[in-house]
Amino acid sequence: MKTEHVITSRRTLITGLASSGGLLLAACSETQPPTYGNVLRMADNFTYRAQRLLLPRQSLAREYDRRDITSIPAIGTTDPADPHQGAYNEKNGLIYQQLRSAQFADWRLRIEGSVSRPGSFSLGDLQRFPARTQITKHTCEEGWSAIAEWTGVPLRSVLEAAGTRPSARFVSFYAFDDAAESIDMLDALHPQTILAYGMNGRDLPIAHGAPLRLRVERQLGYKSLKFLHRIVVTDRFEDLGKLSEPRNGWAWYVGI
Amino acid sequence: MSLKSSSATTRPGHARWVRVTHWVVATSVLTLAITGFTILMAHPRLYWGAAGNDLTPALIELPISRNYHHAGWAVSTPSFPVGGRAQSVVRTYDILNENSWARSLHFLAAWFLVVTGAIYLLAGLFSGHLRRDLVPRPAELRARLLREDLSAHLSRRMPSAPAGPPYGLLQKLTYCGVVFLGLPLMVLTGLAMSPAITAAYPFLAGMFGGTQSARTIHFCVFVALMLFVIVHLAMVGLSGFKRQMRAMTLGKPT
Repeated sequence: MKTEHVITSRRTLITGLASSGGLLLAACSETQPPTYGNVLRMADNFTYRAQRLLLPRQSLAREYDRRDITSIPAIGTTDPADPHQGAYNEKNGLIYQQLRSAQFADWRLRIEGSVSRPGSFSLGDLQRFPARTQITKHTCEEGWSAIAEWTGVPLRSVLEAAGTRPSARFVSFYAFDDAAESIDMLDALHPQTILAYGMNGRDLPIAHGAPLRLRVERQLGYKSLKFLHRIVVTDRFEDLGKLSEPRNGWAWYVGI
Repeated sequence: MSLKSSSATTRPGHARWVRVTHWVVATSVLTLAITGFTILMAHPRLYWGAAGNDLTPALIELPISRNYHHAGWAVSTPSFPVGGRAQSVVRTYDILNENSWARSLHFLAAWFLVVTGAIYLLAGLFSGHLRRDLVPRPAELRARLLREDLSAHLSRRMPSAPAGPPYGLLQKLTYCGVVFLGLPLMVLTGLAMSPAITAAYPFLAGMFGGTQSARTIHFCVFVALMLFVIVHLAMVGLSGFKRQMRAMTLGKPT
């Protein structure tokens, strides 16, 4: 019973995979995340394309009231200066420690790549942009969720200040721990995509990504990178090497 | 069984498209069950409402991985000026998390389920399969007939069932429950957990009482579907395993 079931199913699966894999391959281009010939990454890209095709592009994630705010766990890297944490980077960890001891007065966010005015912003510079405060749900891939209030500058304002070139397609983010993320221009220019420096009415706590973290409200929590120090605008999909989700077995696009 | 379908057009056995869609859906459901369980192991707590996490009360806690009731949390940090009694606590425990492949494989299988399920429903609608073989006739929906079929099953006095339609009353009701209720609910509660899809269609989460409620319902329907699979396989075994398997694969009725 078992064998017969498995054989029949496997044959069906292989036939199905081969045909849909062909479709996916044909649809791939260098402006798409790489699949490395991996069936799982092909399926991720298929979901990405399907959601971009089928969902309204500018829909807003639900925003809540202050009374809906819940407790929120801090997970992943909670201190980039702690050598015992998984994603510790020695050089950046030491820099982070120095910046933190000066209350991030010397911290700067660099922005470069496909922009006409590359440069950097201090925390004060970012706080002088019109701020956006949003109470949204953070959905973790693990299965839990939490509602918190985030205050920051829309990424769109910073990209406009840096002069994003018309050819720009993706935005990559680099953090003080050994982590990096990238999102496409649609998410980057979304009104709820902010660079947050405040949380629940206070400065962003260290464990939640001080001094600055990303909020991408229509994707899962791991896209909202903490401890930012550099933004790179690119015309093509940039494989972030060993830092990247596709290589580490995680989906790059996590709208689901 | 006293209730045989009266339709003269019914060809014995399963149509080819029914056999193909059956096995694609069966493979998808098996894959979804295994990867779904793996995903649940990363956070074996279920909640009701929009949000829920290790720092909020759970509705159900499942002892299915080392993440069950783990105590790896730092001392709570001072509360925030905004948000009442909301706290933030640092997790100091390395949890079991296989979601990298489990999530991607889950959604790969979900695509196969959704596409094949849609093909099945369309073909079933236009071929008359759903109306003729699956949906009970008004005359069949009698408490007495249901009681008779139930007691026949419980006392295992079932006549040797034909391989394929016509189906008995309980069989029809069960298949209808899976096709029209169980699997569609799985898809809807699944979509209700997606941040991109609920941003576009907030009613999806709202109709279940929030994303975490949808996750809890997703789990409960998973349990119901697994019970169906067990009973379904048992019935296949009891009513002539070789014959039934031949009918659902090669399609040759005996």
